[in-house]
Formats: sequence, structure tokens, C-alpha cells
Amino acid sequence: MPGDMLSDDRPVFELKDVEKVFQVRRPGQRFGRQTTGLRALDGVRLRVNQGASLALVGESGSGKSTLLRVLLGLDAPSDGAALYRDRPIRTVRAEGAEFARDVAMVYQDARGSLNPRMTVGALVAEPLRRFAVVPESGIDGRVAALLTRVGLPADAAARYPAALSGGQVRRVAIARALASEPSVLVADEAVSGLDVSTQAQLLTLLKRLQADMGLTLVFITHDLGVASFLCEEIAIMYLGRIVETGPTDAVLNAPAHPYTAALRAAAPRFFEPIAEPLPGEIPSPLDLPQGCRFSGRCPLVQADCHARDPHLARTETGRAVACLHPCAP
Amino acid sequence: MTDTLLDIRDLTVDRGSARILDRVTLDVARGETVALVGESGAGKSTIATAIMRLLGDARTSGEVRLADAGDLLTMPERDMVRLRGRRLSMIFQDAGAALNPAYTVGRQLVSAVRRNLGLGKPEARARAIELMTQVGINDPEARLTAYPHQLSGGMQQRVMVAIALAANPDLLLADEPTSALDVTIQAQIVRLILAQTRARGAACIFVLHDLALASQACDRIVVLYAGQVVESGPAREVLENARHPYTRQLKSCVLEIGVQDLHAPEGTVPSHDDMPEGCRFATRCPRVQDRCWMQAPPLEGEGHRFACWNPE
Amino acid sequence: MTMTDRAPARPARRGPRSLFLRRPFFTLALLVAVGYVLAAIFAPFVAPFDPVAQDFNAMMQPPGAAHLMGTDSYGQDILSRVIYGARYALIIGFFAVAIGAAGGLVVGLAAGLSGGWTEWALLRLIDSILALPSLILAVAFIAILGQGVDKVVIAVGLSMLGPFARAVRADVLQVRVQLFVEAAGLMAIPRAVIVWRHILPNVIYPLAVQVTIRISEAILVSSSLSFLGIGVTPPTPDWGLMIAEGRAFVSFAAWMSAMPGFALALLLIALSIVGDGIREEFDPKLRGKS
Repeated sequence: MPGDMLSDDRPVFELKDVEKVFQVRRPGQRFGRQTTGLRALDGVRLRVNQGASLALVGESGSGKSTLLRVLLGLDAPSDGAALYRDRPIRTVRAEGAEFARDVAMVYQDARGSLNPRMTVGALVAEPLRRFAVVPESGIDGRVAALLTRVGLPADAAARYPAALSGGQVRRVAIARALASEPSVLVADEAVSGLDVSTQAQLLTLLKRLQADMGLTLVFITHDLGVASFLCEEIAIMYLGRIVETGPTDAVLNAPAHPYTAALRAAAPRFFEPIAEPLPGEIPSPLDLPQGCRFSGRCPLVQADCHARDPHLARTETGRAVACLHPCAP
Repeated sequence: MTDTLLDIRDLTVDRGSARILDRVTLDVARGETVALVGESGAGKSTIATAIMRLLGDARTSGEVRLADAGDLLTMPERDMVRLRGRRLSMIFQDAGAALNPAYTVGRQLVSAVRRNLGLGKPEARARAIELMTQVGINDPEARLTAYPHQLSGGMQQRVMVAIALAANPDLLLADEPTSALDVTIQAQIVRLILAQTRARGAACIFVLHDLALASQACDRIVVLYAGQVVESGPAREVLENARHPYTRQLKSCVLEIGVQDLHAPEGTVPSHDDMPEGCRFATRCPRVQDRCWMQAPPLEGEGHRFACWNPE
Repeated sequence: MTMTDRAPARPARRGPRSLFLRRPFFTLALLVAVGYVLAAIFAPFVAPFDPVAQDFNAMMQPPGAAHLMGTDSYGQDILSRVIYGARYALIIGFFAVAIGAAGGLVVGLAAGLSGGWTEWALLRLIDSILALPSLILAVAFIAILGQGVDKVVIAVGLSMLGPFARAVRADVLQVRVQLFVEAAGLMAIPRAVIVWRHILPNVIYPLAVQVTIRISEAILVSSSLSFLGIGVTPPTPDWGLMIAEGRAFVSFAAWMSAMPGFALALLLIALSIVGDGIREEFDPKLRGKS
């Protein structure tokens, strides 16, 4: 890795009040063409520093996938600014290969992200050639080194993804992501849907890689255990907004937002009685409640919660919460 | 035991040349909740499908005895049809796929009620509304006219629970009922299933991959590895005083919040082509001995049972 | 369900036994088809007579020792004409499908990858080809191009462009939204390379399966053209032409039409079975259903 990046104190990613609105068909009508705005991201503020590891946690419909697409420059924000080292992500991405080389992605559906007609070796070699990471003569050696690094046997290079197990396919996806020698790794549920032993193997691998290569990690997950194992910082999302963020340990040990507390209580723990779950379900983003978006399900709701919409505000060092009446620490 | 509801003895299932289940023995008492845990390929779901006798062309041997009904494996299909839905019900991970997308939720629920309880249409509808209320669906009359795709995953699973419990079965088989759902919804559904089965005095077999959830929800735990029962017994006993190395390994992989050192086991489950002759866990076991390769250890013990030549 | 972490017990494609043992009908049909190909290639050595040599002493002889399939109204040996006819049938079938598949690939790719007006225009072109049965369309092209083997190849090929283009476009639409295409875009792989490396291979394989199935259709259309008298010209030994010539004598010399008809039917059946076998063996959607 180039040495100057270590001294770079500009944030890798910075989101300033990012909004993302999708035009969708108005619900309830079958043939009409009237559309309405679906606010998938609503005033998201986020800062990811060089070398940080951030877990983005949320349930389905929280907007974490949309946020990911904005971070990768696949979608442009409808409003606000999405910056990569102080410059708009879409601009940097359009300029050339620099951003693509520096920011690598691991998909949740790793198998779907690998061309089934290419061998593992060809898949990993593709970014090596694209970014001319090593001279042509060194490609086979580098592919072998990458496969070893993610714990795959050397003969895996000649095989097709269809012949690999779910855990092995994820390793291939990680190897390919690391091929371009990125400084940022973005992973979308990279360990979900796997058996616990395979998940444990992958998590230890990711943690080691992050430490060895000084990677900046943005890790999307729904599993608080995974977040606390892998990431130093956490951002909890609910209905298109980050409702709480801060150091993972601090946030999970003393949640300030009632939603964080509910998520924490819902995570299975050995022999604890199953906690009283949150009532109801996530409301439709087309039909947000008045005031705080969590007010309809919040166990600590007060009268003014239905009137005022709280914004993410700093509480103590490094922590911020979007709640009018945060839980006592 | 006099209150045994389901007694499985040496249940073996072969599909092609692969032995998917190997001499599985377990029993379920009336009103008890039992968790089948293990990783994919362990055969957890196969046990549930074998109990319902929905395995298709797989070959089965052994016995699955249901109290007051006899051996489910040898019973004529006609009798089995009568048991399904009335004494045995099953819910699946993907409720959206288990419900027929072409019919309203109400039609499916009412027809289940009529079939299994023999009620007339108005009575069945009233019963359906009562069931919907029991499973926590607000405004049940309106929801009856909804199609499955108009409901969220959590709501679909609630409807499945209502259909499964319509006839007050003795045994509910829940195959990963919450793994497709968000964590806050997952807690709702597990609590719902527990409350409803308890209220009816029904036994419940949960197929789960989450050990911590199993410890929260179930009285007893059966740990499976590659089609064999490796350990079974009361939940606390099995998890806190595990004797089989696999149970310990499985537990050490569970990531609770705040866990920072994780001991990932090496290797993977062997494929059916090169399954060891003896204990199937031998290829990954830290305590493996010569004997383990030759001979499969029997499942032994009273209450807390385990199958290991060299237990912890 | 959690994703399995065991490597699949057997290689993804091949079953435990050889393809030929598992599918006896496929094997038989393949042997028949190969027999036709060999007969066509080595026609001068296999055929007992010159296919266009007329012998007025041996007109309309029924099948017998001298002429295994009898002779026609000019005294030409039908077996020899059937063997040479395989040449024309296979050449026309193969090249016509090649034209149709190549054209369909280009049009289908363009339609699937472009958007807006280009796509709209190409789709209407495909629709207009699809609107008419391929035989009618081929007749129309022959009317423009004139008769002859080369013209028949082009006419039949063009008439098949529609179905090929539609199939290719459907595959392109399906492939281009796959995650691996998005992943390639994220790696800043140039668009042309993405099409060439990631989209094309995933479209070519299903197309190859289509080709095997459609060769029989092309042969049928070309024979129909000859039967109608607007395909290849006499005295070329073409099956469709032979059937048409024998039509007048069918009440007392049925073998004149029956022999080429039988040869045509057998080849078409064999090719269909081979095509189906290949499709079932290599189509991932059908695989694993049995």
C-alpha cells in the first residue's frame, strides 16, 4: 500500500445530509401512472475515517442497501453530498479506475457476483490485469498467493464457482476484492446465511486481513454479534436514517436510542428469557409516521415524539443519537 | 415413559447412495419443546419431513411411533393424510412460498379449518377470525381478503401458524420458522409459537441453526452432525455441560455481543462420498482416537445422552 | 435455509454414468445423425449409381436387388439420390442456421444492450420477422433472390433470424442484470469488455443449444421450398424435389415419394432427439429436475 495514504487525514467517505428518493407507482392503484416519492435515505450523515471499521446495522427496509449503492457510486444522492476523500463519489468514479481500484466490494450473494463461466483463477486475475497490479508474467503467482491468503487450496484456481461450497465461494469473492490492493473494503452481509462454523472461519479471516492490510472496512450486517466482533464503530439505521452511531462497545453496552436497545434485546442470548419484542412492524417508507419515525413502535414514546422529528445529534465523544428522549446511560 | 408423544427409533434415510440420516433416535413428550440443531447437511429438516412422511423417493427404515397412532413410516397413506394437519402440522422457513399466491389468506385458512375440523362455512369463518386474532393479526376480517404477497414476511408466518394450529395438533414441526425474518420480528414469531403451542398443550419440534435461540425457546436440545444424533438432553445440560466435542465446537462459534476471540474450527462436513465409517465427526474432531474411525459410537446415557468414544 | 457448506458431492455437470449410457435414445439418434453426415460427406463412394444418370431401360422400378430403393420416372437410382440429397439437406440446414444464429446474435445483442429508439426499432424488426411463419417468409425471400442452393440458404437463414434474435435478447436481458455484471462495472472494466467477457459467454451456450434444435427446422423449410418448386432446381437430388416429382405416380409407384420422405423424417426425428438431449443435459434450468 502506498505510504502517503496512512497520513491522509481526509475521511474516506463522508455523507452530508444525503437523501435518496425513488419514484414508485402510488400504492393501491393497478393501472395508473401516478408516481410518488419513496424516501429510501432521509438526511443521512456519516463519516468513515481512514483505517476505521464501521458496521452498518439495520433491518430490511432500513435503507442500508441504498446507502451502500450511494457509497459505491452506483446511485447518485437526490440531495446532499456523498464524498470520497472530499470529492463527490460519482465524479471520482467517472474519472477513471482510481476509485474502482481503491474501493472493493464483497456481495452478499457471492455466487451471483462471480461469472459462472469463468474459473476461479480467471475471476481473481481479472482485477489484477485491469489495474495492472502485477506484470503479466506474475499473474499466476499472485492469484495463487491471494487464494492461499483467503484459505483456499491452490488447485481451486482451475475450478468453476459451481463446484465450490457456499463458504468457499465467499472466500473467492474476498480474494477477488483484495486483488486490486484496495484500501477500502465494502461488504454486504458477507457472512450471513452461512453455518456458524463457516461464519466463524470467515470472520476471523476478515479480521486478520483488516489488521494485516490496514483496510478501511464498511460492513453491512443485521447481526449485532458480527458487528461487535468485527467493527470498532457502529451505525444503526431505521427507515432511511441513521438513528445512532458511535464506538460499537459503547453503543451496544449502553444504547441511547430505544431502537438500538430493542435490537440488542432481540438478539438471542443463551438461556435468557426471550425479551418482550417491539410491537408492530417497520412502517412503509411511503407512509412515515408524524414526528419521530420510530414513535409508533417506541416503548418510551412521549407526547412530543409525535410532533418533532429528531435529527442525529452529538451526545458524548464520538457518539450521536437521533432521539428526543434518549435512554439513560 | 407414559407421556411420550413421539418416539423415533433408529430412523435411517437413504437417498441414492447417500445416507442422509443414520440411526436417529429421539423422543418427544406431550407438550414439550425440542430443538433440532446442527449445521446444513446435518439432517435436521429431513427428520421433520420424515415425521410428516413427505420425503418422496427416499428410502426409510426404523420406526417413528406417534402415541395412539402407531408407526408413521408403515401406516397406509390414507391414514397418514388424516394425521397431517390434525395431529401433526408443519410450518416452514419461507411462509411466502408455503402459501398459495393465487388464493386469499382467508380462503386458505378457512379451507384448512373446514378440512381439519369438519365445520360448515360460517362456523369455519368465525373460527378463522378467532385464529387470526390469536396469532396477533390486527383487523382480521380485513386481512382475510388479502393475498399472501400483500402481507409482510412476519404476517405471512403468523398466518402459517394460524393454519398449522387450526386443528389443535399434538405436534407442531417448525422448520427454521424465523431465519428469513428480521431480528425484532423473529422474537415476535418465536414467542407467538411458544405461547400458542403451550396454550394448546401441543409439543413442538423446532429446527434451528441458532444455538442461543434454541436455549431460549426449548426444553430439550438434540444436536445433529452429518445425519447422526451426537448429543441430546435438557437444554442447559447439553449446552453448559456438553460431552460431545462437536457440541462444544458449535457453541464456541456462536457470536454473542462482545465476544472478541473466536475459535473457528478447521475444515468442513465431509461429503457423502467420503463419509468416515465410524463416527462421522472424526475428520474434524480435536479428540479423535483410532477407534473413532472404525466404529460409530452408540448414543448412550439417561436423559443426557451422547455418542462419543472419548467424551469431554 | 442456510447455504450448504459441503462441496457438491459430484461434479456439477456430469452424472455418475456416461451421457451415452444414461440416454439410450439420444445415443441412437446421434448415431443416425452421424450416419447421415458420413453418407453426405462420402456420397461419391457410398452411392451405387450416379444420382443424375438417367436410364430409360430401368424406369420406375420397384425396390429390388439392383436398386435398393427403386428408380424414378427418369430411371435415376433413388438410393443414390437420397444419399446425395443428404448433402444438400445438411449443407442447407447447417449454413442457413449459421446465418440465422449469427444474425440473431447480432440483432439480439444490440436490442438487449441498447435502449430507447434503437431497441424499439430492432424489436419491431424482430416482431415483423416473427409475425410470418418461416416458410412464408422464405418464399418471399426466394421471390426476391431467385432460385438456387445458395439463395435457399440465405432465404431460410433470414427467415430464422427472428426466433434467434428474440431468444438472444431474452437471455441478454436476464444476464445483464446479474450481479457479476454489476461487479465487473464496479471494477471499472470497460463496457465492451464486459459484453465480451461476461455477457456473451452466458448467451452463447443457450444459443448453441438452440442451433441444434433449429437445424431440423431449416431442413424442413428448405425441403418445403423445393417441394413447392421454388427451391433448388432439377435435376439436383433434393428430397423435397424428389417427393414433389413422385407425387404424380404415388398411386402405383409410391416408393418414389416415400423413400426421400422417409429419409427426411428419420433425419428430422434424429436431430430433434439429439437437440433435446443436449438441451436437457446443458440447460441449468432443466438440470436437476429429473
